[in-house]
Amino acid sequence: MDGVHDMGGMDGFGKVEPEPNEPVFHAAWEGRVLAMQRAMGYAGAWQIDMARSAQERLPPPVYLTASYYQRWALAMECNLVERGYAGADELAAGHALQPGKPLNRKLTTDVVKQGLTRGSFYRQASASARFKAGDRVRTKNIHPATHTRLPRYARGKVGVVELVHGCHAFPDAVAVDKGDDPQWLYTVVFDGTELWGPDAEASLTVSIDAFEPYLEPA
Amino acid sequence: MAGHDDHDHSSELSETQLRVRALETVLTEKGYIDPAALDAIVETYERKVGPHNGARVVAKAWSDPGFKQALLADASEAVRALGHENRVGDHLVAVENTPSLHNMIVCTLCSCYPWEMLGLPPVWYKSAPYRSRAVKDPRGVLADFGVALPKDTAIRVWDSTAETRFLVLPMRPGGTEGWSETRLAQLVTRDSMIGTGLPKRPEEVA
Repeated sequence: MDGVHDMGGMDGFGKVEPEPNEPVFHAAWEGRVLAMQRAMGYAGAWQIDMARSAQERLPPPVYLTASYYQRWALAMECNLVERGYAGADELAAGHALQPGKPLNRKLTTDVVKQGLTRGSFYRQASASARFKAGDRVRTKNIHPATHTRLPRYARGKVGVVELVHGCHAFPDAVAVDKGDDPQWLYTVVFDGTELWGPDAEASLTVSIDAFEPYLEPA
Repeated sequence: MAGHDDHDHSSELSETQLRVRALETVLTEKGYIDPAALDAIVETYERKVGPHNGARVVAKAWSDPGFKQALLADASEAVRALGHENRVGDHLVAVENTPSLHNMIVCTLCSCYPWEMLGLPPVWYKSAPYRSRAVKDPRGVLADFGVALPKDTAIRVWDSTAETRFLVLPMRPGGTEGWSETRLAQLVTRDSMIGTGLPKRPEEVA
């Protein structure tokens, strides 16, 4: 969706301000939110693109003013309610009012290490890759109302395939519960001038990782 | 009205704390999560996973040409072979800085970051200024970090729009001939592995 989360190339947000000696968490609740998200992911309650999609659907003023972990918490509440793991009444009460829904597994102390291991996103390909390194491609000019990983600044642009990453679960399908719908994934590199016009820095190149449905031959 | 603002600020914070506590209570009572496992996850990110993981990889690449070649060919496999505390998963790509090319990593759509190599991302990496400007004005972003590259160094920005994670292999500083991997690792900063900084100079760690 064309939301405020898709920030590449926007102006007006100001300077980047690194924080000296930044702590891992700025408050204890941030760590709890992160850990709950990991635990629910391990349990199989939802996949990462469903969490991203829930954040993207936050009202723009909320998205822009909430902190990173506040957004995570809001997205988690959204997925819990939408997917029937908890009721809005339970979240408001701060207690369970009905029994839980069955989950595949539970993250307990003996399996924390496995719980923190990143899963693989490789999936079995049903067709061979349409593109190879060196191919010129054009990204499609698409504006789906649902989750996509093709950023606005890189739509309708001509670039070159640089890396072929294999066949991966397709976020656009996963986020709307249409399964993995495996697709080939490529790193596509663009000249700065293709993205930003003649005033772009001449030596700049920018790449995205693009799923095959985002691309057509150029 | 300064007092009023202060009041709003603190009540907002406690509202978040209460809301997160309610969330944890509900999920625990419903049997989905184990609070002791949450403690262990928090402790892992506070104490075990951090930029020292990536620094070890970079220092090894600087001192072992065979490892560097393997890292650039297949970073997931090369890092797996080192036996890291936290497995890196399947989708790590290392990109090499040279005198003519400087790499910088961003995620414009959310905040994708190589956690297993660098730990959790700093606030600035997740912020709107960085996410919006890195792909359009990387030299301006570098200036915010006090970094000025030579005019003839080209910049390549990698937007992490899928599950591939990128690690910048910075250039080994001069004057470090004969240094051990452990000593070299002290030069490798987090930001040098994101591409918003450069490694420390030898005299900075003496």
